[in-house]
Amino acid sequence: MLRTLVRPALSTVSKSASTISGFKSGTKYGGKTTVTLIPGDGVGPEIAESVTTLFKEMSVPVEFETIDLTKYTLNDEGAFNNAITSLKRNGVGLKGVLNRSGDFRTHNVEFRGDLDTYANVVRCMSFEGVKTHHSGIDLIAIRENTEGEYSCLEHESVSGVVECLKVITREKSMRIAKFAFDYALEHNRKKVTCIHKANIMKLSDGLFKSCCAETAKLYPSIDYDEQIVDNTCQQLVINPQQFDVMVMPNLVRNRCIQPWSWLVGGAGLVPSKSFGDDIAVFEPGARHTWMEMKGMYVANPVAMVLSSAFMLKHLMLNEAGDNLITAVKQVLNKRTCQTRDLGGNATTREMTRAIISELHELHARERTEQANLSNY
Amino acid sequence: MLSGRVCKLLGPALARHNHTVTLFPGDGIGPQISSSVKEIFSAADAPIEWEEHEVYPILEKDGKTRIPQPAIDSIFKNKIGLKGPMRTAIGKGHVSLNLTIRRTFGLYANVRPAKSVPGVTTPYSENGVDCVIVRENTEGEYSGIEHTVVPGVVQSVKLITRDASRNVAEYAFKYARDNNRANVVALHKANIMKMSDGMFLEQCRLVSEKYPDIKFRDMYLDSACMKIVKDPGQFDVMVMPNLYGDIFSDLTAGLIGGLGLAPSGNMGRDGLALYEAVHGTADDLVEKNKGNPTALLMSGLMMLRHLDLKAEADKIERPYST
Repeated sequence: MLRTLVRPALSTVSKSASTISGFKSGTKYGGKTTVTLIPGDGVGPEIAESVTTLFKEMSVPVEFETIDLTKYTLNDEGAFNNAITSLKRNGVGLKGVLNRSGDFRTHNVEFRGDLDTYANVVRCMSFEGVKTHHSGIDLIAIRENTEGEYSCLEHESVSGVVECLKVITREKSMRIAKFAFDYALEHNRKKVTCIHKANIMKLSDGLFKSCCAETAKLYPSIDYDEQIVDNTCQQLVINPQQFDVMVMPNLVRNRCIQPWSWLVGGAGLVPSKSFGDDIAVFEPGARHTWMEMKGMYVANPVAMVLSSAFMLKHLMLNEAGDNLITAVKQVLNKRTCQTRDLGGNATTREMTRAIISELHELHARERTEQANLSNY
Repeated sequence: MLSGRVCKLLGPALARHNHTVTLFPGDGIGPQISSSVKEIFSAADAPIEWEEHEVYPILEKDGKTRIPQPAIDSIFKNKIGLKGPMRTAIGKGHVSLNLTIRRTFGLYANVRPAKSVPGVTTPYSENGVDCVIVRENTEGEYSGIEHTVVPGVVQSVKLITRDASRNVAEYAFKYARDNNRANVVALHKANIMKMSDGMFLEQCRLVSEKYPDIKFRDMYLDSACMKIVKDPGQFDVMVMPNLYGDIFSDLTAGLIGGLGLAPSGNMGRDGLALYEAVHGTADDLVEKNKGNPTALLMSGLMMLRHLDLKAEADKIERPYST
């Protein structure tokens, strides 16, 4: 039985991105939604297999259109365009990691540009069963995904002198700021912090910061503050629990997000999603292909599984999504099945089976509760 | 113990005589913590004579910012200085005072050691942090070249040059050798910024060939951020361009307890060295007299070791390092 999604009252003028308006492609309950699946390179196919196994076990009404895109096929324009077309058609994608190689514009960057998935959202949350230096973290990092330093405009003006252009526009800064506040509202978050380097990059990050401040005035129920990125890095290792939702320009996010994954236990535990106006792509938060471990099934599938759970919720399959998240948390809390990054030696498939086992237990508990209710 | 040799001293100071050191107390808590440092040095009989100067920005007609001439002359004469935190007013039209000082004295390499302090417990104390960041200090994203292309579209230029990259790489390897450090890691994002960070990385590789005794490798900045939070003990000397260095060094300061414990030294042309506390002016603490002088004191100890006054530095460090 699907749980009804209750949306909080919005004070926004208009809706933004597919998170607020919900999935637009109009799959009816009882029908199957087609989702583009791009396993990618390295351990990507192995963690993607976890997801397909779990979905089959849970009988979720999702059909995958698998696109084989790896570093070997990336340079084949046909294959690349095929992936883009599929994503645009289906409106939802689940993606592994593509290997960092190739030409002038790397393909992860081109993906974002062609699809205009302008908002990347990473969720870093602590798990009880995963021992790290900190606990009680539950922060969301939202980054502008299409401009900034990753505009990829470089040239050598004279020999030995290279210029790299960082472009910030008002239009895209306002768009991401609005997205961040709408997201905070939708997910009952209390505070948005703008992370920037406007003390040095006065015009560019200054523009970004002023757009965030301007947008904040439209959302009086959400607290707003600003922080310089180097202080943020320091605060993340001293007191990461202070952060709620963070919004930042493109490269700034990379300064902060990768240490975040180890704050909660590593790249294998952090899911992410990227949103455009009519498209959502779900993928692990830390883009690590781990090429040397390909084929050995030692990767932690949790990041990919959590990303797929968030995808289910995006597709309005909330019960399935929530159950999957609960099952993952149970597995991590019990600590009986841990992959290498968590200090154990379980394989990817063993981890998947442990999650399936938890799902069965959850299902059995629900059936017992329902039986008790009907007896009463 | 903090390793202190930033560079070979070429200034006029001699052993057994008082060394004349320029002191910029700075703003906010700067004067208070500078006064603490002077008191401590005096109590330890450190042979230092302080030449204090006030520093403030002067906006020239051509739009450039400079600092007062007496301050400039003092540093060039003594070749060594200690600087407190300085405030840059926003919206006054002049660039950051810290940037102006770096440009005036050609301070091309910034050295930021991060070492766990006994008695200061952080979640990372058990790991034992002991790394050094060498940051390129003159260019990169901090070139200050920005302009509005059309209303609502701003461009900021990150400049990387072969010469500056080579200079900071040379310094990092020399520092590693002088301070018995075994590894140098270059941090970069050359997978994305292929030309700019690519050039920086290439220069680091070329310089590493002259130092076969030092192990060299390179690492993506995001991997390094992940790894340092997971296991900071694996890092030794790290060299990187300007922005990454600024942010990464604050991250490492956080691992040991914060900017209040982070010393720093800057290497300039002709053997010039300027040590500084890198934290802010903490204006809210001035009236309460609660500014922490540790960062400035530790920077002062780096300075003493640079002056070959190791015994005096050890004497001062002993009470708070045990």
